[in-house]
Amino acid sequence: MRKSRHVASPIREVAGNGLLHRRALLRSGIMVAGAMGAGAAGALTSAAAEPLIEAPWSLQPGDATPPYGHPSRFEKDVVRTVDNPKNEPSGSRARTPHHLLKGTITPNGLHFTIMHAGIPDIDPAQHKLLIHGMVKRPLVFDLDALSRYRTVTRVGFVECGGNSAPLFSNEPIQADVQALHGLASCAEWAGVPLATLLDEAGVDPGAKWIIAEGADAPHLSRSVPLAKIMDDAMVAMYQNGERIQPGQGYPMRLYLPGYEGNMNVKFLRRIQVTNQPGMTFFESKIYSDPLPDGKNTQFYFVQEVKSFITSPSPGLRLREPGVYEISGVAYSGNGRVAKVLVSADGGKSWGEAALDEPRLPKAFTRFSMAWRWDGGPAVLQSRAWDEGGNAQPTREQFVAKRGQTSKPPSVRGFPGHHFNAITSWAVKPEGEVRHVYA
Amino acid sequence: MSMRNLTVVTCALAIAIGTGAALAETPSLGKPISQADLAEWDINILPDGTNLPLGSGKAGDGAKIFAEKCALCHGDNGQGGHAARLVGGPPKASLDGGKTIANYWPHATTLFDFIRRAMPFTQPRSLTDEEVYSLVAYLLASNKLIGENDEINATTLPKVRMPNRDNFVVQFPDRI
Repeated sequence: MRKSRHVASPIREVAGNGLLHRRALLRSGIMVAGAMGAGAAGALTSAAAEPLIEAPWSLQPGDATPPYGHPSRFEKDVVRTVDNPKNEPSGSRARTPHHLLKGTITPNGLHFTIMHAGIPDIDPAQHKLLIHGMVKRPLVFDLDALSRYRTVTRVGFVECGGNSAPLFSNEPIQADVQALHGLASCAEWAGVPLATLLDEAGVDPGAKWIIAEGADAPHLSRSVPLAKIMDDAMVAMYQNGERIQPGQGYPMRLYLPGYEGNMNVKFLRRIQVTNQPGMTFFESKIYSDPLPDGKNTQFYFVQEVKSFITSPSPGLRLREPGVYEISGVAYSGNGRVAKVLVSADGGKSWGEAALDEPRLPKAFTRFSMAWRWDGGPAVLQSRAWDEGGNAQPTREQFVAKRGQTSKPPSVRGFPGHHFNAITSWAVKPEGEVRHVYA
Repeated sequence: MSMRNLTVVTCALAIAIGTGAALAETPSLGKPISQADLAEWDINILPDGTNLPLGSGKAGDGAKIFAEKCALCHGDNGQGGHAARLVGGPPKASLDGGKTIANYWPHATTLFDFIRRAMPFTQPRSLTDEEVYSLVAYLLASNKLIGENDEINATTLPKVRMPNRDNFVVQFPDRI
């Protein structure tokens, strides 16, 4: 028996296999630290800390301050995975390393991106945004003009409709959270409400849709209901305080809070107001999926309520029994996250996770839960609910409705879209974390 | 005042009133542009055929253009290469793959729209409208959705019946 089991803890277990009351990580932090220290001491060799000495960097002046700051050189492995580094003539995807990040804002250089034919090198002085179609006055805006408009600021996630697609596999694909869920990120976006510009152009009362188009080589186009545009659509020009990155659509992108990533058209150059959708390539073929009953999804729009645990997760080995923080992100394209439950026994019992504030609508919410790992097998899961009462489905529920593959696809494949069911991480006795279905 | 002058005054008044409301709150810095001056960008084709250009094409011409400009990526006769297979394939798509023009695409107009805006991959917008019509005819004929000698133009293209057309379920109809 492991010594850590003998450590008396003031923290109440709230669910099976060591889940601790959520206050363990909040008000009672000191007690947890105590428990953690005792647990670690019990499991380790109990060696005292080394005597403290002055380190070399404390004995001489440091480096010059660069004009634009970068992470420490020791953080060089905290990068996106890119699947088309040589820019072969096809698409490219860069995935966010969720397992190496905390908080809710994705740093700009780590925000996921998908390009369908490379990143265009757009001169902002020459970029134009055309609004036309069913409007009284077709108008052209440039960046200079848009800089005079009142900007709105909003934190929100963008998630590719194909994020988590490997979980459509009939067998769990062994990959980390970056490979499985790395096509979702969250940033603060600032720009001009598209409704303002449409109002100036004068929308025809018979209009129902807009078709947005990018200035990239594929001239990517997507149809969006006019109702969404007038509600909260933004011509975003800033990302986390600076101009949006080229991979995010520099110098401007359509930002549609909570809606499928591909609809958030990058390099936005044109809005045509129409009375019907365009049935574009990306909406009628790509982001549409066969259903088990023979029908197919269409106009899915919303990225529904979802959560996943980022730590522990595959690749992050647990070194010894003791107290750990289970941490992850939850979000919903329908509004705020209302509740996240966490299980350490594969869904047999659940405890309520602590949610970090602010809990913003259609944005990442960080959740956490204290967990005392006793060194035995465990299956970690998280399940989110949004303020609309929508529950993240179990994988079984999701597969019943949406189906799964008959054989495992490539981890880079997109067998289906809009996967939002529960993810399960199995912790093996040696501390390895594996992706499983439970 | 002549009738013509009256019309001008009325129009000017209407414009003044129309923009007045917007001016009160927002900068109104968009520059007006004529239909002729925006035509180069006006490339959306709607599923009812709206905005299809003049011109036409047949499969025979399309086959030649395909061999020259498309086969490098999409394979000989559209059988697939490092880009998607465009001809043939399974009768039905599933989560294992196999979405094809014949078994999946709900609207034939999407072919014209997408080829014209995005293809060839390395030279988008380089095809003439006639070439696009010919390629669309070639792909539709190769997939046995039209006859080998059928002409594809602004009238005939929206009428091509795609087999999977009625098998789509809008996920969030209340949001449209």
